[in-house]
Amino acid sequence: MELAWPDPKDTTVLGKRILRLDGPDKTTGRAKYTYDTNRPRMLWAKYATCPHGHARVKSVDVDAAQKMAGVVAIEVLAPAGSDLNVAFSEVAIVAAESEEVAREAVRRIQVEYEVLPHNVVDDDPQLAGASAKPGKANVTGDPDAAFKEAAAVSETEVGCSIITHCCMESHGSAVEVAADGKSLTAWCSTQAISGKNGRFANEAEIGDASNAVAICQHMGGGFGSKFDIDAWGAWAAKLSARTKRPVKVMLERDMEIALAGSRPSAFARMRVGCKEDGTVTAWESEAWGSGGNGGGLGVNQLPYVFGNVPNKRTRTTPITTNTGEQRAWRAPSHPQMALLTMAAMSDCAAELGMDELDFFKKNLGYTQRAKVYEEELNLAADLIDWKKKWVPRGDQADVVRHGLGLSIHTWGGGGHDSNVQCTIHPDGAVEIACGTQDLGVGTRTALAIVAAETLGLPLEKIKVSIGDSRLPPSGGSGGSTTIGGISSASRDACVQAANALFEKVAPELGGDPKKLVAKGGKVYAADNEAKAIPWDVACRSVGAQPLVTNGKTQRSLMQQGVGGAQAAEVEVDVETGIVRVLKLVAVQDCGRIIDLLTAESQVRGALIMGVCSALYEERIMDPVTGTLLNPDMEFYKLAGIADVGELVVKMMETPEHLGRGVVGLGEPPVISPMAAISNAVANAIGARVARCPMTPDRVLAAVGKKKGA
Amino acid sequence: MNRFEFARPSSVADAVALLSEKHDETSVLAGGTDLLSLMKDFVVEPKRLVSLMAIGELRQLETKGDGLAIGATTTLDELLAAGTANGYSAKWPAVWQAAAGIRSPQLRTMGTVAGELLQRPRCWYFRRGHGLLADRDGESMAVKGDNRYHAILGNAGPAKFVHASSLAPALIACGATAEVAGPKGKRSVAVKELFRIPKAGERETTLAANEVVMSVTLPKPTPKSATYEVRPRQGLDWPLVTASVALELDGKTIKSATIVLGHVAPIPWVCDDAAKLLVGKTLDEKLAHAVGAAAVAGATPLSKNAYKVELAQVAVRRALAAATAT
Repeated sequence: MELAWPDPKDTTVLGKRILRLDGPDKTTGRAKYTYDTNRPRMLWAKYATCPHGHARVKSVDVDAAQKMAGVVAIEVLAPAGSDLNVAFSEVAIVAAESEEVAREAVRRIQVEYEVLPHNVVDDDPQLAGASAKPGKANVTGDPDAAFKEAAAVSETEVGCSIITHCCMESHGSAVEVAADGKSLTAWCSTQAISGKNGRFANEAEIGDASNAVAICQHMGGGFGSKFDIDAWGAWAAKLSARTKRPVKVMLERDMEIALAGSRPSAFARMRVGCKEDGTVTAWESEAWGSGGNGGGLGVNQLPYVFGNVPNKRTRTTPITTNTGEQRAWRAPSHPQMALLTMAAMSDCAAELGMDELDFFKKNLGYTQRAKVYEEELNLAADLIDWKKKWVPRGDQADVVRHGLGLSIHTWGGGGHDSNVQCTIHPDGAVEIACGTQDLGVGTRTALAIVAAETLGLPLEKIKVSIGDSRLPPSGGSGGSTTIGGISSASRDACVQAANALFEKVAPELGGDPKKLVAKGGKVYAADNEAKAIPWDVACRSVGAQPLVTNGKTQRSLMQQGVGGAQAAEVEVDVETGIVRVLKLVAVQDCGRIIDLLTAESQVRGALIMGVCSALYEERIMDPVTGTLLNPDMEFYKLAGIADVGELVVKMMETPEHLGRGVVGLGEPPVISPMAAISNAVANAIGARVARCPMTPDRVLAAVGKKKGA
Repeated sequence: MNRFEFARPSSVADAVALLSEKHDETSVLAGGTDLLSLMKDFVVEPKRLVSLMAIGELRQLETKGDGLAIGATTTLDELLAAGTANGYSAKWPAVWQAAAGIRSPQLRTMGTVAGELLQRPRCWYFRRGHGLLADRDGESMAVKGDNRYHAILGNAGPAKFVHASSLAPALIACGATAEVAGPKGKRSVAVKELFRIPKAGERETTLAANEVVMSVTLPKPTPKSATYEVRPRQGLDWPLVTASVALELDGKTIKSATIVLGHVAPIPWVCDDAAKLLVGKTLDEKLAHAVGAAAVAGATPLSKNAYKVELAQVAVRRALAAATAT
């Protein structure tokens, strides 16, 4: 059997629509998450946190908390003299017999603060003052001359607020150090389980990683924010070591929203110049925004995708704020750069009086994969009925106006280093083991599909083990690298296993193992199916001990680099400023598809996340206290199912795309929705809404500005 | 939340007797959708909860002549179901439209009619423990801070929050009264009079701490009524503004009118001057615009909520259009 992926026409499960194997467990609640982990004699730990955006601790008094019945351990984390730069910074941690006692004890800790000046302004470099650090201007070509010669020059101001990862399962761990203090088990909500045992072992000071096990069978979302065990994981380990009892630390929702990661805001003033035929010749952008307390802002690649515009001047000003630090948020920087770029391109098309679709297509020469984008834009346009429904900006007078918008995006997504073990038992049972983790996207299912396809077995015959640090190591799930790593490694392991089995059964089947195939639960010579041996019977030839093979990530089976085009259709009530998404179309390539259904679901989830950031969600900071005003799911608004409109997903399945090998899909589809929706709203109302989320106040401001103009 | 006593009396008299004269020493518990959130966030820490859910007489709908008495602990789902089954939603469209605007299945399943009326403000300064008036060093935090959802009317005093009830404006528009039981017996009070704009130390309700709303009575059908909500999301979301209107028509001529705005002021905001413009007239677009403008005349928006002035006018116009549509 060859390592190469089988011909897509010949597959039974690979690339088909396969339901998640753990779907029933999740929908019935049998699936246990870290949050669900409850060990005998387990303690709950909770944090006392700082209510100010910036403060110095003058004193911490834990006496009253210490005296409470049920309080087992208290640790002061920010002693007198500590400077805290962000609201919700940890001041002390309490471990107690119950979650309720821990919460109440935290409230009894008396902390005196000297409140210091804070900055939570991230949308105005002037107001942010010294917290804004203007970068250097980057110039390519001669932008001034190009603007002078341009047939049309557009001006755009647009941006997006800081949002958070909002994982449904908050960050946290449960750690159980054995009574003798020499070993531990840790349950951890993580995007990278391999090696986490060592991290916990180190924090609990139990010797070394060989004495520790880390487990993550199911986890409720990470989106880039859950790679480390974090301070809260470390404290679960330390407190368990100290108390010799299991300790669980899960962040409360407010702390989760405040500290456990955010996506930087990004704003820009941009000018785009183009020729009469729509060819863009000049780009200028002045961008700013904040990655929080650590600063940083990754919007330095403007224009996005259309990178090869010849004449450019760009500058970026990061603003440091007293807010939680950024963490990688699903396709870091890309959604922001897409919003800025696609908005500016769309406004230039409108300024010139050209159809946005034609304008985008005219400029694909500036991208890395013009042909793919052309193909995908055409498909997206067809699926949203662009030719029939698109009307130029400003042509509508009704109260409820209709709009269409586009965006294109790119991402890398090569596979990470992964190891997969395949075990074939003498009775025909098959086990696949990999130290990867399923973030909810179908990793478990993908492993089973590859094994079932390779060994010619039904899915239910494959037992998959993941989410355990004792299993063969696999990379963290970030950057859309999991599917490439685990699918190629499992293909490798299973091909090796099949070939080893073929060697053993060849004497019964004509003698040449190279001629053998495993298909339909049988093993047979390709030219003599009539003389097939059932799988279970074939496996008896393995002998008394199981056949074990170890597969590794195979570069030949995967690729990197994808494109994608999305189109949005919206309705805007220009009197209330309410935007409704009617339809989102996503056309996406990802090379070879392992499970068409989970691939489509991955894209749908991304579209929903995109609707949230386009219309509803943002972290709102209080200028008075420097803390968060909406660290809850009431005013940190996410879309409900009725808010997302119709979602149409089209995966590219031409032989050319499928022939490329596997490419990751986690990030790409989340990049464009905000940009496409912003463009659709601009198309509807004839003006650019200056900020996402496009809440009624901001939409009405744009409508009003247009009236006033 | 704090530790508390839990009482589940079977009569209104027992419930009243179990309640303290002081607010927040004891709390009335119905569906718990608001109270438990407040307790979990330690915004209130009552020593005793008095549940009304074992008092059967409070959980029923009863016709009274032309009118309808709605028991205090009737859930929002029960209210909605009865509206469809018995045609109430056609007799008092404003009320049932307002109820239908509460989109969360959880709130509708557990939340009760009186609980919805008496829920505490959603003001994020209040909810984060800064007090009802969110006063800091003599200054309103809402005025200095982020007030995108705060009051545009009735905000001259220290209260800047908006009243959170969606049912109250509709009930007031339809002339509802509340039957209240207290230590001195029962009294009847216009729903409008349940609310006040608090000054320092006061609550936003006029009810004594040991009074219990037993029911709300709609006196007579007001079929020409409507509620319009401006609400960004389809699911659980607070309206930015609501307008409830109730009209009496003689042919196309408006004989009398009531307009009540929700989510714009610390109380449901009754717009008498705007309503008077309608009397004796036939509704047209020009008049609707004039009435909308009159409804927000004197609005004093804060730094970030001027858009609500615009939204309130739109809501009034759309509610009027809905009420007069046949």
